[in-house]
Amino acid sequence: MFRFLVRRTLGALVILLIISAVTFWLFYAIPRDPAMMSCGKNCTPDMLKQVRHNLDIDHPVPVQYWYWLKGIFVGRSYGDFGNCSAPCLGYSFANREPVLGTILDRLPLTLSLAFGSAVVFLVFGIGSGMIAAVRQGKWQDKVASSASLVASSLQIYFIGYVAMYFLVAKLGILNNPSYTPLTQNPFEWASGLLLPWLVLALIWTANYTRMTRSQLVETLSEDYVRTARAKGMSSRSVFFRFAWRGAMGPIVTIFGIDLATLIGGAIITESVFSLQGVGRLAVQSVNQSDLPMVLGVTLLSAGAIVVFNIVVDAVYAVIDPRIRLA
Amino acid sequence: MTSTDQQPFLSVKDLKVHFSTEDGIVKAVDGLSFDIAKGQTLGIVGESGSGKSVTNLTILGLHDPARTQIDGEILLDGKELLTASERELEKLRGNKMSMIFQDALASLSPYHTIGTQISEVYRKHTGASKKESRERAIEMLKRVGIPQPDVRVDDYPHQFSGGMRQRAMIAMALVCDPELLIADEPTTALDVTVQAQIMDLLKDLQQEFGTAIIFITHDLGVIADIADDVLVMYGGRCVERGTKKQVLSSPEHPYTVGLLNSMPSLDGPVDVPLSPIPGSPPSLLNPPTGCRFHPRCAFAEKVPGGKCSSDQPTLEVVEGRGSACHLELSRRADLFADYAATSHN
Repeated sequence: MFRFLVRRTLGALVILLIISAVTFWLFYAIPRDPAMMSCGKNCTPDMLKQVRHNLDIDHPVPVQYWYWLKGIFVGRSYGDFGNCSAPCLGYSFANREPVLGTILDRLPLTLSLAFGSAVVFLVFGIGSGMIAAVRQGKWQDKVASSASLVASSLQIYFIGYVAMYFLVAKLGILNNPSYTPLTQNPFEWASGLLLPWLVLALIWTANYTRMTRSQLVETLSEDYVRTARAKGMSSRSVFFRFAWRGAMGPIVTIFGIDLATLIGGAIITESVFSLQGVGRLAVQSVNQSDLPMVLGVTLLSAGAIVVFNIVVDAVYAVIDPRIRLA
Repeated sequence: MTSTDQQPFLSVKDLKVHFSTEDGIVKAVDGLSFDIAKGQTLGIVGESGSGKSVTNLTILGLHDPARTQIDGEILLDGKELLTASERELEKLRGNKMSMIFQDALASLSPYHTIGTQISEVYRKHTGASKKESRERAIEMLKRVGIPQPDVRVDDYPHQFSGGMRQRAMIAMALVCDPELLIADEPTTALDVTVQAQIMDLLKDLQQEFGTAIIFITHDLGVIADIADDVLVMYGGRCVERGTKKQVLSSPEHPYTVGLLNSMPSLDGPVDVPLSPIPGSPPSLLNPPTGCRFHPRCAFAEKVPGGKCSSDQPTLEVVEGRGSACHLELSRRADLFADYAATSHN
């Protein structure tokens, strides 16, 4: 286990290094000058030069990359703007603040959105998938299957607005989406995010219903499940200790990747519900050619995926003793 | 000693198991009766799809009631199993009656240790503590000949060899000293030495506990080794039954004759070709009219009036011996002997 973690962590760092380098290179491949945008309309060559200097982009690209990398470990100084202490992911061109701080500001909302909706779609998805598998071919199965087909064809930018119109504006059942930190007021935190959770979960639930159903249908017909029945185990024990145990693995795998994707920012959801999370930050920073911010958000998304992959593999080894970590 | 000498421990009467499929009704078992006494071994022989395994899964009550139509009677120690509730069956399964499955790798859970899988049966049925059950599991593993049972008890099935897995499966089936043990081709996947060890093990355990054993196989050699009585199945029906000696040395049904002829003999000349039974097992969806074996039977034309293709022969059992065939009983021995002589030329 220890060797596995060391090996995978080193691998993850290499991946993140490559991703940051590629992002850096891609950014400068776009014919758009961040200094021009910062400088404004009546820009003289002298001003432009000064802006370049201020943004610390008056060096060749590889040197800039080196400074950026160095900043992570030893911090950076930005002259007039102040210091950015290690770990420094750079200074935003647009809002003139350290990238890391801005991302950490936005992260709680995105994490709340991700984990909150994950709880909803896991409970409903796995629950309805289990019911469909146990009642195979009966009406419960048919309802679950058709509902998940419909739900998976919906799009957030459609169902999100429809839900807002009816549930918030017309009927007033739910609050207008807003974000209050959990630590400040848990009730407002939940009530403000309930609608985004439900809408986001509605679309993801369908996947989990279908996957849970198909995995369970498969494991329920396994020989070892029959053996468990043949030795007198109760139906509940047969279902949860044997069939569900076998069905869990692939669901955990997909869940890990899905959760990582959500942490990287639910771009459309945040836009539809006007929530200032990491997803919108990503869109804004791309529009503003804000390289340090683009890099920061990209690394967050990539890091989440890399980390959750390691976690999923470790969890998988716990679920299935046949898998050995090395 | 035949099973009729004693009060039967398990009695199956006119069992019918029909599955509804999209194409129609599959008659997997169609009117099967047999008895088995304590301490006796009944060998059930037949090709794949003859209804052997279905019969035994039905005894344990493992079929999905929604898709299966089951008729007849199964009495275990006087208790009717077909009308018993799932709760009652749970108490019997693994306890009073248990089953050894064919493919031990697939039949053991890959997610639980061998020890857990054995001890949970004991715990469930005796209410023993975790510690006691674990000790019982170690004891069982020792009894079935697993080396270092106190260490191997914590292994997972994939860490066992094929023979050891089958032994563990047997240990699991026997942990509550069942009175009826159903062994569904327990040795098919194993090499001959391991097979012999496992057969000896079953015989020892039977002597010790007086277990009634139903042994399902398509290997007549295994039958000759372990069975007291033999039941030959074809197309979901019993075509012949009797003691092992009766069935193997003086068979009364052409199908049994065919099975025996398709076996190599160790004491005969080596270059004698085997004579397989022509054709393939019957469709259980649309079984042949009349005798289900008649399309493949070498003797069908010896019966006058095409009776074989129109009338279903009945199984008349006298003192545990009987067969279902239209051929006159007195002519059969000669006909079979002639057939054996010609087919081996």
